[in-house]
Amino acid sequence: MDLGGEARSRRTDKGFTGLVTFAGLTVLIVLGLILATTSVQAWPAIAQDPVQFVTGSRWSPSDEVFGTLSFLYGTLVTSVIGMIIAVPVSIGIALFITEVAHRRSRKYIVTVIDLLATVPSVVFGLVGSLVVVPWITPAYQWFADLVEPIPGLSTVFDQTNTGRNYFTAGLILAVMCIPIITSISREVFATVPEIDKQGAYALGATRWEMIKGAILPHSFGGLVGASMLGLGRAMGETIAVSLVIGGAVGMSANVFAPGNTMAAVIAQQWGEAGDLHRDALIGIGVLLFAITVLINFLARVVVRRAEIQMKGAHS
Amino acid sequence: MKLNRRTIFGTLTAGALAMSMAACGGSSDDEGGADGEMVSGEITGSGASFPDAYYAAAIEAYAEVNPDLVVTYSADGSSAGKEAFGQNLNDFAGTDSLVGDGDGPEPGSFQYIPTVAAPITISYNLPGVEGLQIDQETLANIFQGTITNWNDPAIAATNADATLPDLPITIARRSDGSGTTKNFSTFLDEATDAWTLGASDEIEWPASSVGGEKNTGVATIITQTEGAIGYVDLADASELGLVTASIENADGQFVQPTLDAATAALAGAEVADDLSYNPLDAAGAEAYPITAPTYILIRTEYDDENVAAGVKEFVNYLLTDGQDIAAENNYAALPDELRQQAIDALNETIA
Repeated sequence: MDLGGEARSRRTDKGFTGLVTFAGLTVLIVLGLILATTSVQAWPAIAQDPVQFVTGSRWSPSDEVFGTLSFLYGTLVTSVIGMIIAVPVSIGIALFITEVAHRRSRKYIVTVIDLLATVPSVVFGLVGSLVVVPWITPAYQWFADLVEPIPGLSTVFDQTNTGRNYFTAGLILAVMCIPIITSISREVFATVPEIDKQGAYALGATRWEMIKGAILPHSFGGLVGASMLGLGRAMGETIAVSLVIGGAVGMSANVFAPGNTMAAVIAQQWGEAGDLHRDALIGIGVLLFAITVLINFLARVVVRRAEIQMKGAHS
Repeated sequence: MKLNRRTIFGTLTAGALAMSMAACGGSSDDEGGADGEMVSGEITGSGASFPDAYYAAAIEAYAEVNPDLVVTYSADGSSAGKEAFGQNLNDFAGTDSLVGDGDGPEPGSFQYIPTVAAPITISYNLPGVEGLQIDQETLANIFQGTITNWNDPAIAATNADATLPDLPITIARRSDGSGTTKNFSTFLDEATDAWTLGASDEIEWPASSVGGEKNTGVATIITQTEGAIGYVDLADASELGLVTASIENADGQFVQPTLDAATAALAGAEVADDLSYNPLDAAGAEAYPITAPTYILIRTEYDDENVAAGVKEFVNYLLTDGQDIAAENNYAALPDELRQQAIDALNETIA
């Protein structure tokens, strides 16, 4: 934090150092306070039976039984579906923009993608529940019929009577995450040294071989980071998911079955929640917070390992 | 757009009413304003979302009568309203359910004032089948997932004329905690032997059921899903043109959810001393069995006299001229006797 050594350390410099340090610390302080206050508020509900709170799947506010496992399951399933769809598409878009698209059209594509990021999530939710759901329900039924004879697949893609389910929520999440992941991936690809790319071409690589050999290894860490930011949005997304998930308590292996996610259940039940029920909902928030931190931490480990493997230990 | 037209219409009629009231020169009904002088200031209420459409229309109409008293009501939900009432954060609270232990308000610190009621419709989506009649036990069995197909003999028994398709039943219900759910499940719990899921804001529904956000969410699921059945308030059901079933009442009659049938249910309900009453499964051949009440909680003591006068005047308006706006918004007005009891209680509580 030393900005210029003893000789130049004037008062303003010190002041500035203090100011930015404070700004940096604010984030930590705010995070810490959020965690502390929510934990305190959630405590009565969690303390009833801490193990049950995390591992139980029965959620019955009227009996004061609060097991959050099915919401955790829903959050993970919808986020994973969202990521499976969003990550390849986003990387594809980013590669198209940086490597394939004509310089002039590039500008417009970027604008359109950024516009997608500015659409409020409730709009995604409404489009999902009013347009996508009725339109996609027959498609789900058709697909379930198609994979009926295949064991395994027929469990994951089972019969359904509704389009409000994990998969629709995952689809909506994918669309919402694409702009974030695309825009960061694009920045990441832009940092690949031109000399690496030219070198690959000079060795006779095709465009795909160049992407595979020069761009992707160099960008791996950044891409994981981009995906993690997308995942963070997917896991925390509330209103859009809430409108298309079906709000059911339960864990079904069938991705075409209605379920619920942690963020969505808080929004749905908050208004009419009494005493302990409210504490339990706050508890879900704490849990979600903890899981997001954990996943980010894991991602960091993955990135470090992979970078060593792909580029050698020098970075 | 529809809502707009409705509120504008409400405002107009209320304006006309106000003028006619003025022309009549101090009707005896109008006891609210302290000796003809209008109260000014601001009062805020919060709570139940179920009567929100009615309160919103009434507030807008009231602004024409007395523009100096600004009334705001936010539909945060009954529980939130009661809690805010307990913490002295609002001047009145709207609630669909009675005050229980730990809800916030201390016993003796509040008075129930019933305002309007509304039928909860059982709406369904079954092309070609209209005027479905459902008896109470069958209704319970449908909603707890024991009857799973529309061609079930139990449904056919009360619908000899209808051709019921071989189609799975999709239960559409609320995903958010709701006074509507509470009233509906209380009805099933009290009226039927079959119902096992209890009575509460949130029910442990069968896993195959589909949840929608608020009344509109449930209504949307019903319109989108062939074979769906759900409980929706009358306002949303009629706005979206849902087909409603006739439900068996305490007298064994099958009754369509209409405002008259709801008022009939109120007339048949027993009113307790604290003005709470239970119109669910009320007696009377005309009574619609799933009729939900809603109340305003007023304080027995207000810190600010002006606020007290404001609350009194506005609530009095709801119970007098405001009752005429109820029907336009698909809420049932109180029967005269109950209305008079409510006005008396209001005058007694806030002197």
